[in-house]
Amino acid sequence: MSEIAGTAVSRKYSMGVDIGSTASKCIIMAEGKEIVAKSLIDVGAGTSGPDRVIAAVLKDSGLKLEDMTHIMSTGYGRHSLEIAHSEMSELSCHARGAYFQHPAVRTIIDIGGQDAKVMRIDENGILENFVMNDKCAAGTGRFLDVMARVLEVKLDDLEKLSAESQNEVRISSTCTVFAESEVISQLARNTHKRDIIKGIHRAVASRVGALARRIGLVDDVMMTGGVALNDGVRLALEEELEHDIFTTELAQYNGALGAALFAWQRSKKKEI
Amino acid sequence: MTELKNNAQSNAAPPAETEKPAKVWLREVVEKVYQDAWDAKERGEPVGWSASKFPAEIAETLGLRVCYPENQAAAIAAKHGGQRMCEYAEALGYDNDICGYARISLAYAAGAGGDERPMPQPDFVLCCNNICNCMTKWYENLARMHDIPLIMIDIPYNNTDEVNEENITYIKAQFDDAIKQLEEISGRKFDEDKFAEVCANANRTAQAWLKACSYCQYKPSPLSGFDLFNHMADVVTARCRKESAEAFEALAEEYERNVAEGKSTWRYDENHRIMFEGIPCWPELQKLFKPLKEKGINTTAVVYAPAFGFVYNNMEEMIRAYCKAPNSVCLETGVEWREGICRENKVDGVLVHYNRSCKPWSGYMPEMERRFRKNLGVGVVGFDGDQADPRNFSEAQYNTRVQGLFEIMEAQKKGE
Repeated sequence: MSEIAGTAVSRKYSMGVDIGSTASKCIIMAEGKEIVAKSLIDVGAGTSGPDRVIAAVLKDSGLKLEDMTHIMSTGYGRHSLEIAHSEMSELSCHARGAYFQHPAVRTIIDIGGQDAKVMRIDENGILENFVMNDKCAAGTGRFLDVMARVLEVKLDDLEKLSAESQNEVRISSTCTVFAESEVISQLARNTHKRDIIKGIHRAVASRVGALARRIGLVDDVMMTGGVALNDGVRLALEEELEHDIFTTELAQYNGALGAALFAWQRSKKKEI
Repeated sequence: MTELKNNAQSNAAPPAETEKPAKVWLREVVEKVYQDAWDAKERGEPVGWSASKFPAEIAETLGLRVCYPENQAAAIAAKHGGQRMCEYAEALGYDNDICGYARISLAYAAGAGGDERPMPQPDFVLCCNNICNCMTKWYENLARMHDIPLIMIDIPYNNTDEVNEENITYIKAQFDDAIKQLEEISGRKFDEDKFAEVCANANRTAQAWLKACSYCQYKPSPLSGFDLFNHMADVVTARCRKESAEAFEALAEEYERNVAEGKSTWRYDENHRIMFEGIPCWPELQKLFKPLKEKGINTTAVVYAPAFGFVYNNMEEMIRAYCKAPNSVCLETGVEWREGICRENKVDGVLVHYNRSCKPWSGYMPEMERRFRKNLGVGVVGFDGDQADPRNFSEAQYNTRVQGLFEIMEAQKKGE
C-alpha cells in the first residue's frame, strides 16, 4: 500500500473518472466521504485527457491505482477506460454527486460540452427522470465555445463581460451556425461585445429552460457542469425559470464525484 | 347500411402450412403483395400506390393491385438505402425537413432506383391523410410527377374522443366517390358481396394481429416486441387478404406454444419491460436493439397494436375506425391507447423516439411524456432519430439515454 506523507495508508479509496466530450475529470475519495484529490484536463474522450487526469490525481494524492478499491468511469467516453471496473451513465453520477453536495437538491441542470440535461432526483438522491437536449448542440458548452471564438474573447471572460452589459441584444437563432451568423452581424454593426454576450447567455438559458420546464422544476435547483461556472448563464437561467439556482465550486467535477461515490458503494457491496 | 360478416368468429380451419415458422409465412405474404403488383403490371392492369391507412378494402374489392410506399420506404431504409434516396430527393428540391419516407418514395417515383424493395411505378395513387398530413402533398407530387389520378380521402383531425356525425357523412361521401373513381380505373363494378368478404378478411387479420400483440402481456413475454415492427408490414400491405389473417393466427399459436413451453423470441434476460414509442429508426435497427438486449430490456408495448388492430361490423364503424390513426386522434385518445398497453403489458419504462421525419407524431410527445410520468410513474426517456434518414441519429446519444433509463428502472426496482 502507498504512503501519504510518510504515513501508512489505512483508509480505502475509490476513483471516479468523468470522460466528457471536451474535458476529463477525475476524483479520488476516501471511504466515500472525503475528496482526497481532483483534477481536470481540458480535453476529453479519445484524447490523452483521461490518462493525464488519472496520472494527475495519483501524483497529487501519492496513491497508486492498486490502492483503489473500485474505479468507475462515466461520461461520453466511459466505455473506453480500460482500467475502470465498472461504468455508469453521467445521469446517475450527476444525481449522486449533487445529492452528496447538497441533500436538499431535487432538480439538477447540467450543461456539458455537447449536451444539456435536466434531472429530477428523489429524497434519497435516486435519479427519477431526466430530459436531454436533442441532437443539436445549441444551449451546450460547445455553443459558448463557438461564440467566444467569434467574439475573440476568452471563455472565462464571458461572465465578466456579460455583467457589464447595458443593452442586451437578442440572439434569436437556436442553431449554433445561425446564431454565429447573428453574432457576426451584430459585430458588423459595432454592437458592444458585452451586450452580445448577454444575449448569448439568454439564448442558452432559454433553450435549457425549456428542457427544465418539460420535466418540471422542484426546489432546490442546482446547476452543474462546466457552464455552471459562468455566472452569466446561471443568472439568466434564474430569470428564465424564476427559481433560485445555486452551484458549487465542484460543479465541473460533479459527474466524477458521483462516479467515485458509486465506486465506493460497489466496493462495499463486494466486501459484503 | 351493409352488415359485414366477421370471418374471425367462424373458427376457421387451421392453416395447412402450420409447420412453417409464422415469420417466414408473414414475409411471404408481403412478397406476394409486391409480386401480384408486378404481375398485374405485366398484364397491363393499372397498379396503384396507397397510403398505409387508406381504406384498402375498396381497391381489394375491385381486384386492383396496390403497393405501399411507406412499407417500401421502411424496407429501403432498413437495407441502408435511405440516405442515398433521401439525398436524391433533396437534389430534386425536396427539403430535408420533409418526412424520410416521402423523400424515399418521391426519389423512387422519379427514377432513383431502389433495388432494396422494388415495386412497379403507379398508374393511380390512393391518399388518406389520417396517418399524416404530409401524405397530401407527397401524393399530389406523385400524381403530378406521373400525371396520374389521385384519389383522396380527407379525414378531419379528431379534436375529441368521439367521431362526430358530420365527419361520418363527409367521409362516407368520399368513400362513395373513391369507389366510383376506382370503378372507372379498374373497369369493374363494385360488388357488395365481395366487399363483405374482403372486410371479413380485414377484420380477421386485425383480430389475429391484436391477439399476437396481446402475448406481450405475459411475464416473461414469449416474444421480443421488436418482432412486431417487422410483422407490421403485413398489417399495412395485406390486411384484406386471407393469407395474412392465417399467418397472424399461426404467429399467435406460436406465441401460445412459447408460453406453454417457457420459450420466447426474446433470447435475453427480461430485467425490464418498456414501451417503445414511435416508428423505429429502420436504418439503425441493430443499434437500437443492442443496448436493450445487453441490459435485458424487452419491448413489450408498441402503439401499432391499437393503431392498426381495428375491427368493425358495418360501413359506419369502418369509417370510424379509419378516423383513428396515430396522427388523427386527439392527445387524450393517444394517451389512452398508450397508457392502456403500458398497463396491460406491464412496462416499467418508456423510450420515446423523437422522429425527425414525423413532426405531428413527435410534436405532441413532450406532453405525452409528462402524462406518462405522472399517470404511470415510470421512467420516460426520449432520444432523437429518424425513421428513414440515418443522418438524424446518434448512437452515442441513444446509448446514454437507454443507460439512463435502465438506471432509473433499476433504482425503482430496488426501491420496491
